[in-house]
Amino acid sequence: MIATIVSLGFDGIAFGVVLYLITCGLSITMGLMNLPNMAHASFAMFGGYFTLELMRVGDVPFLLALPITFIAGLIAGAVMERLFFSLLYQESELNQVLFTIGIVFMAIGAATFFWGTWQQPLKMPPYLSGEIEIGRVTISVYRAFIIVVGGLVVAAMIVAIDGTLWGAKIRAAVDNRRMTASCGVNVAMLFTTAFSIGTGLAALGGALSMNLVGIDPFFPLKYLVYTLIVVVVGGLGSIKGALAASLLLGIGDIFVKYYYPVAGSFFIYVLAAALLIARPQGLFGRPA
Amino acid sequence: MTSPSENGPLAETEVFRRGERWTPLEYGFWACVVVAGLTLPGYSLLLSQALIMGVFAIALDLLIGFAGVTSLGHAAFFGMGGYTAGLLSVHGFREPLMDLIASACVAGATGFVCSLFIMRLRGIVVVIVTLIIGLVVYEFANQAQSITGGETGLEGIDYAPILGLFEFDIYGRVALWYSAAVALLAYLLLRHVVATPFGLSLKGLRENIERLPALGISPQRRLMAAFALSAGVAGLAGALLVETTQFVSLEVVSFDRAAAGLIIVALGGAGTLIGPMVGAVVFIVGRDYISAIDPLYWYFWLGLLLSGSVFAAPAFKAIRAALASRAHSRRAVS
Repeated sequence: MIATIVSLGFDGIAFGVVLYLITCGLSITMGLMNLPNMAHASFAMFGGYFTLELMRVGDVPFLLALPITFIAGLIAGAVMERLFFSLLYQESELNQVLFTIGIVFMAIGAATFFWGTWQQPLKMPPYLSGEIEIGRVTISVYRAFIIVVGGLVVAAMIVAIDGTLWGAKIRAAVDNRRMTASCGVNVAMLFTTAFSIGTGLAALGGALSMNLVGIDPFFPLKYLVYTLIVVVVGGLGSIKGALAASLLLGIGDIFVKYYYPVAGSFFIYVLAAALLIARPQGLFGRPA
Repeated sequence: MTSPSENGPLAETEVFRRGERWTPLEYGFWACVVVAGLTLPGYSLLLSQALIMGVFAIALDLLIGFAGVTSLGHAAFFGMGGYTAGLLSVHGFREPLMDLIASACVAGATGFVCSLFIMRLRGIVVVIVTLIIGLVVYEFANQAQSITGGETGLEGIDYAPILGLFEFDIYGRVALWYSAAVALLAYLLLRHVVATPFGLSLKGLRENIERLPALGISPQRRLMAAFALSAGVAGLAGALLVETTQFVSLEVVSFDRAAAGLIIVALGGAGTLIGPMVGAVVFIVGRDYISAIDPLYWYFWLGLLLSGSVFAAPAFKAIRAALASRAHSRRAVS
């Protein structure tokens, strides 16, 4: 009983960490640029497929493929922000939603074309597969690896946001964009860097989730609502809020699906809706 | 906009009268529907579906184009109406008109309950809460297989002749005229609603929500009324689809349908009512055409159409601005 709870909790944390990687960029995008980017989860999907191709075609080892995917995500994010997304900041909410849903649909179509509709597994190196037993609790090595990588990213993000000048500028711009701009901060540049880092992390999250939740062309649609829930429940633009919400959602989802499979995703949706109705600004957000 | 005090009280009623007047586009659209219905018998089912999608789209347009609220979960109400109609028929209530009205009422009541939660929310949170509502209803329909039939849908849906006179035929002729009649009535209803003072207050909701209380209007109540009405009309469309196709499955509550509604409103022109109606016909016929050529990649073309149409305006603006600034700097150099 206890062993089950511990190992479920472990799975939940691993899932939560992956959710956090995928969504923390979106939290910045929505808090900073007011852009409800429905397509954010498709960045994660392409990150996963990119790693797959690196390993299959380029024969790159998994541990090297991860940083390459991250860097490719950074570059792709910066390019997309400059070319497309930066033109949307002044548009109406409806247009932003429509444009980004359009990207989701295109991503689904493109992924179906290149990789087919089925899930593609990654071949893991032997040192990351298998399980270890601690007492009566069995822990998968891969999940432990995800938690370590995620922990490092979380620590790096918190240091970056709380401890660097770049982070101070981001926090200032989330609070008051116009005032920040009038203090001489190049907000457009800030947007590009934030979007780029968010995309890179999403790509990394997608790569890690290949063997955890599996990736197929409908991943962007399936995880669309998870990403949005994490962001708004955590509070727009709040990195720590997104972390808390990801873990809550990850652990809650694993437990509910284990103990009450019939309730499925109900519980999560209802909980998220209830939280939002009680606190529209999110757990860590400030009242508007 | 001239103020009423300058032109006397007559000008005030003029605003409403102008709203009630039909434009050539509206006459043209409904005339085309009648002509197409008479001359293209092979396309009855498609046209009927297009009109039903049009009713769904104008219900969304009432929220998006007038009240300025973006709902991503309207398929929930469409599906509510559809499942109500299907369940009524399966359980022996086979009178189409009564079922239609009952379904619209159930969907409207659901919408009203949802609006209690939505009325205090603003902006992006509304989009997400409506999305969640849509997903909750989808999950419910998916899980409660004993009631809804889950993925396979409800079996044994069958209706009595409309008004006891017109029996549904397998070519969809009666279905088409029935859809067209109901669509026209729904269109006339919403058209009338947006032209009333109530409709103007919805525009106030969109334009400046802070000022509405100063006019003695409660924004929350107006939003609730608009949401319930919109949900009811969406449910009407759902019921109509089920009655004319005699089938209901999870597709009626899917995210695809909610997204399709948004696309149609955006492509047709939000806040015009006739635009989404025309847009729905173009969309459904276009989908039929493209998915016949390329069924697997329909999603891709849909996405391209959607993003491209939204992107065109700001992209042109940016390009023009860039060209202008280059021309300017060149002039400054010489």
